[in-house]
Amino acid sequence: MKKIIKIIILFIFLFVIGVFYISLTRDTNYNTSSLINKEVPEFKIISFDNLNFYTRDDIKKNNYTLINFWASWCAPCKIEHPLLMRLSQSKNLFIIGINFKDKTIQAETFLNELGNPYNVLAKDVNGKQSVRFGVFGIPESILINNDLMIIKKFVGPLSNEDYNTIINIIK
Amino acid sequence: MIMKLNFFLFFFIFFSKFAFSAEKTIDPNLIHKNLRCLVCQGQSISDSNSDFAQTVKLVVKDLIDEGKTEEEIYEFMSDKYGEWIVFKPQLNIQNSLLWILPYIVLIFGGFLIFTFFKKRQ
Repeated sequence: MKKIIKIIILFIFLFVIGVFYISLTRDTNYNTSSLINKEVPEFKIISFDNLNFYTRDDIKKNNYTLINFWASWCAPCKIEHPLLMRLSQSKNLFIIGINFKDKTIQAETFLNELGNPYNVLAKDVNGKQSVRFGVFGIPESILINNDLMIIKKFVGPLSNEDYNTIINIIK
Repeated sequence: MIMKLNFFLFFFIFFSKFAFSAEKTIDPNLIHKNLRCLVCQGQSISDSNSDFAQTVKLVVKDLIDEGKTEEEIYEFMSDKYGEWIVFKPQLNIQNSLLWILPYIVLIFGGFLIFTFFKKRQ
């Protein structure tokens, strides 16, 4: 009996150590893995000039679409902007810019100063649309193919490495 | 007798109204408390005033208005941000041990205590 109790205590001890080890080494930061290879959600987002609505049908027409969430008040958006300008020259890529919780005048000034890389410009005034895309901060970019599948999601400003990844995918 | 019947009917209607309405209404605060703020340190959506938390609160309100159940709202959020966003772990194969283990330990512990006292007797 004593032997069994000793084995049980040892088992419980090892189990607790195991749970602590897994919990402490697990990456608890939000990652985008749950969205990759999933279909892009249904959405209806208003254009920047309030004249149109964009839906998933606007993505189907293009080989590849990059949805970029940005705002004039977002400093990292300025950092990634030159890369977006370079990406806008790729014929195989359609870029949709979603202006996130921003003021129209300031957003316009931003684009006038730094250039407009977007084929289509939309806005998400209260941020509700961004939740549909699993966005929790900006800038974020989502690469989608014409089957409406999410290929990649970039959290934070696009880096040179991200730029090369996109170019390699869309070539 | 009629007086008693009226009294009974009054209470039945009064409480059944609450019982049925309780089934339909979802408390958004309860959902906010069970959703993790992804940009905060260990805070729920309910505790946080961050921009992300405010947006999620708006979306939860919309989903409730659309007639979604509490479970459907958690499913929607998990679908977008992963299971990490929900504090209460879902009952699935991956989490099965987490749900079953306490019961196994309880039964096993009870058995041990039972055999210990039986032996002493």
